[in-house]
Amino acid sequence: MENNISLTLKVWRQNGPKDKGRFETYKLETVSVDSSFLEMMDVLNEQLINEGKEPVAFDHDCREGICGMCSLYINGRPHGPDDDVTTCQLHMRKFKDGETITIEPWRSAGFPVIKDLIVNRNAFDTIIASGGYTSISTGGVPDANAIPISKIDADEAMDAASCIGCGACVATCKNGSAMLFVSAKVSHLALLPQGQVEAARRAKNMVAKMDELGFGNCTNTGACEVECPKGVSISNIARLNREFLKAKLAD
Amino acid sequence: MSTIFGSSIGRKLLMSLSGLFLVVFLIVHLSINLLLLVPDGGQMFNVAANFMALPLIKYGMQPVLFAGFIVHIIYAAILTAQNNKARGSSKYASGNNTKDVMWASKNMFVLGLTVLAFLAVHLADFWVPLQITHAVDSVTIDGVEMHNTYALVNASLSEAWRVVLYVIGALGLTIHLTHGFWSAFQTLGLSNNIWRCRWTVIGIAFAWIVGLGFTAIAILQFAFYQ
Repeated sequence: MENNISLTLKVWRQNGPKDKGRFETYKLETVSVDSSFLEMMDVLNEQLINEGKEPVAFDHDCREGICGMCSLYINGRPHGPDDDVTTCQLHMRKFKDGETITIEPWRSAGFPVIKDLIVNRNAFDTIIASGGYTSISTGGVPDANAIPISKIDADEAMDAASCIGCGACVATCKNGSAMLFVSAKVSHLALLPQGQVEAARRAKNMVAKMDELGFGNCTNTGACEVECPKGVSISNIARLNREFLKAKLAD
Repeated sequence: MSTIFGSSIGRKLLMSLSGLFLVVFLIVHLSINLLLLVPDGGQMFNVAANFMALPLIKYGMQPVLFAGFIVHIIYAAILTAQNNKARGSSKYASGNNTKDVMWASKNMFVLGLTVLAFLAVHLADFWVPLQITHAVDSVTIDGVEMHNTYALVNASLSEAWRVVLYVIGALGLTIHLTHGFWSAFQTLGLSNNIWRCRWTVIGIAFAWIVGLGFTAIAILQFAFYQ
């Protein structure tokens, strides 16, 4: 029994985008501390189905912390109380027996709720489509080491590229700003020679799209960096500012 | 160039540049105020204050300074309104438990309002009598007749409530600067993992030097110069 805890869950239920939504309280008597948060949600849904109720809708896919599909705002933090992990990698050992857990969807103007805990994150895809790519001349495959890149740049680009686009940065930001996401996507290409062709256009277009989709203005609180499951640094935001201002001044 | 100030980063650029301009103003202001502590009956302070009232500074620099304040305040209001809208209408029931976020960074608008309220009192106390109504005694130093600014400041700072108000204003400014200073450089893009630490340390040191400087002057004037 010491490996099990009982929990009270306060879960946001919302029938659709237009519905007002409300909290429902559920009790789970037996939750293994070794289970992940999403497995706990599966147990809850199993229980709801057995009671003839509608299960809670939530986003998930790989459950390995790499796809960026899971979300959930748990007890005041995106991806819950653990640091540098996604919700699927959060384990129930982080919670106490008898604890009440509040589970909400990401809330920001840029991410409208679709149903229950699922929000529409298409805005991120739209931003990527506006400039988060490189144009490559097709033909024979080039040699892997034909373009030398310094280890420092390669590491920084890789760190920026580790952004999985989950939206925790927007969810926690008091300004609903997507700057950490956009800066990570601009940075990992801006740091590499392959990304130089569209560098100026990319910074301008992606920022313009971000503004257009109703995300807020960054005020450098740094909350995004704290909550990012991949630890993407706000030095990327400085780089985005630099890239954007450089591009605008060149016009 | 045409749309730069229509973008989020462009608006932030205006906050950054106007903020750094006001930082320069603070350095000038504090330097002159430090002359209040020279025990010469206010002679050096009066000469410096008279210099700052020269037509070139009064009609050339002062409008630029006002413009700096106005841009900073108006864009603060615009950005805050946009950010509240972007945050959305529904709030988190479980609040925000994100740790390691500087309190000042989340309350820059409120801190700014504190500074603004102080600024209004401050202008009414000194700027209006010195530059508008000229309801100030005169003093002659080295054959030049000028406002006895020192006497005005000294009399104002003899009242305890005003000293308290000035200390609150200075502390509000200090906390505002602890975030504002490094944030300005971050917005300009002049930052990375190393420089962010450096700007933060420089900014916090600068904020406290300015804040404690103004505080010390007000308290010392009240306690030892009456």
